[in-house]
Amino acid sequence: MGSQNRKNNVLPGFTPALGYTIFYLSIIVLIPLSALFFKTATLTWDQFLVAVSAPRVLASYRVTFGASLMAALINGFFGVLVAWVLVRYRFPGKKVIDALVDLPFALPTAVAGITLASVYAPNGWLGRYLEPHGIKVAFTPLGIMVAMVFIGLPFVVRTVQPVLEELDREIEEAASCLGASRWQTIYRIIFPTVLPAILTGFALAFARAVGEYGSIIFIAGNMPMVSEITPLLIITKLEQYDYAGATAIATVMLVLSFLLLLSINLLQKLSRRFAE
Amino acid sequence: MQVAKHHKSGVKGSRSTTEPAWVRYLLLAVALGFLSLFLLLPLAAVFVQALDKGWEAYLAALKEPDTLSAIWLTVLTAACCVPVNLFFGIVAAWAIAKFSFPGKSLLITLIDLPFSVSPVVSGLIYVLIFGLQGWLGPWLQAHDIKIIFAVPGIVLATVFVTFPFVARELIPLMESQGRDEEEAALTLGASGLQTFFRVTFPNIKWGVLYGVILCNARAMGEFGAVSVVSGHVRGSTNTIPLQVEILYNEYSYAAAFAVASLLALLALVTLVLKTVAEWKIQQTLSEAESER
Repeated sequence: MGSQNRKNNVLPGFTPALGYTIFYLSIIVLIPLSALFFKTATLTWDQFLVAVSAPRVLASYRVTFGASLMAALINGFFGVLVAWVLVRYRFPGKKVIDALVDLPFALPTAVAGITLASVYAPNGWLGRYLEPHGIKVAFTPLGIMVAMVFIGLPFVVRTVQPVLEELDREIEEAASCLGASRWQTIYRIIFPTVLPAILTGFALAFARAVGEYGSIIFIAGNMPMVSEITPLLIITKLEQYDYAGATAIATVMLVLSFLLLLSINLLQKLSRRFAE
Repeated sequence: MQVAKHHKSGVKGSRSTTEPAWVRYLLLAVALGFLSLFLLLPLAAVFVQALDKGWEAYLAALKEPDTLSAIWLTVLTAACCVPVNLFFGIVAAWAIAKFSFPGKSLLITLIDLPFSVSPVVSGLIYVLIFGLQGWLGPWLQAHDIKIIFAVPGIVLATVFVTFPFVARELIPLMESQGRDEEEAALTLGASGLQTFFRVTFPNIKWGVLYGVILCNARAMGEFGAVSVVSGHVRGSTNTIPLQVEILYNEYSYAAAFAVASLLALLALVTLVLKTVAEWKIQQTLSEAESER
């Protein structure tokens, strides 16, 4: 079918365009990424296991994945709420707020990092009110989560928002004509339709949080075993010239992010089928 | 704060498709409260702390030679990355959106790959290739070429992390526009390049702008990947984000935030241009729809 389509297609430049695409993709992305696997392959299985399962490394997985999961859950809730408010309600300044949702995409992570650290520090704008209540955010795992919430928010809003916009209002009207309460309509009609988008946004926010570095290291405190994230551990190993150790941990992270990417793709396919 | 009583759909006050007023106000308040706390407050904090010691200290911090050299390196990096990724994005979108071939969705996934790789890993892979212990390390050292802990490494790592921006914006846009207009131009005797510049490009120019803006913002703001390959040599291999880190770690907070405020301004300009581009893309698409 593909070749037939190409024969009918009078547009020029297919071969050079595809050739260049694959060439550039290979030299910039695929070959460098394969370096990671080749370097890991030079380790024996035992060396690899020791490198990726040392207590300090395991603790960093716990911190990274635990905080990412919490942050993605918070983003899942507030992201849906923000998307709902932006799609369904009218209020002054809506366009500005809508544009500002993308701020975490646009604001460099180092800037987000030092700002969040200073706002939540014990003498910071928010920290000074939290500290007397015994809530320490900056330089604790809680701070890591706050940074992850910041960088992950747009993912949920921007995946859920278009689905909410596409929702057919007539179905809601029909539901209510048939006697459904508003809550039943939301729970039985709207929620199931939006669920695949929520899960996709959740997975995207989670994946981003797991790999995040710049916005976290300033607020994390970076205490080994307590508030040290896995990407930081990779850098620490590199600075100690432990290339093998750094590469082994990086491979684990890369494989995990591939698996996440795969599940996100599946979710999107699922939601497209759902839409049809 | 005012909440519109009726929805756009015009179902007047119909209880069936909207929530009671108090629920609407509550949801709106919670959502806006959350956004103010997590987005607006940190944004305001950057500028307030940058001007903490007054305008003169602010300007002095920006005029530091190390800061100026960081600004120069950042602009240089973006000036290298954006054009190569722009060219790639257009070429890839042409092949993927205008033709059908097996393995297309795999190719799209591979193009998106850099987005799902941790920035730290993005830097690490170039160290593994060009670093002293890497594949090409000994050869590069023998020929006295420095890539890692030098400017080429910074540019390469930045090209990697900004790789998908233009392509992923243009592919769906060009797919939605089909190829009728190009076919018409070619049938009427236009050459391939004429067709691209006179027919395709005007249709995708706002999409191109959108991709370029996001690519540029990430290129200028990238921290993790650049941090791994830069070597942090003051005044020579520090980009603006790395300079912010150094100042912050030296406890010169006002100076760190002054330099950071440049990046925050860049982010705001990015958001404005991005919103305009989105609006124009919508306009182009709906115009094309109405013509059909």
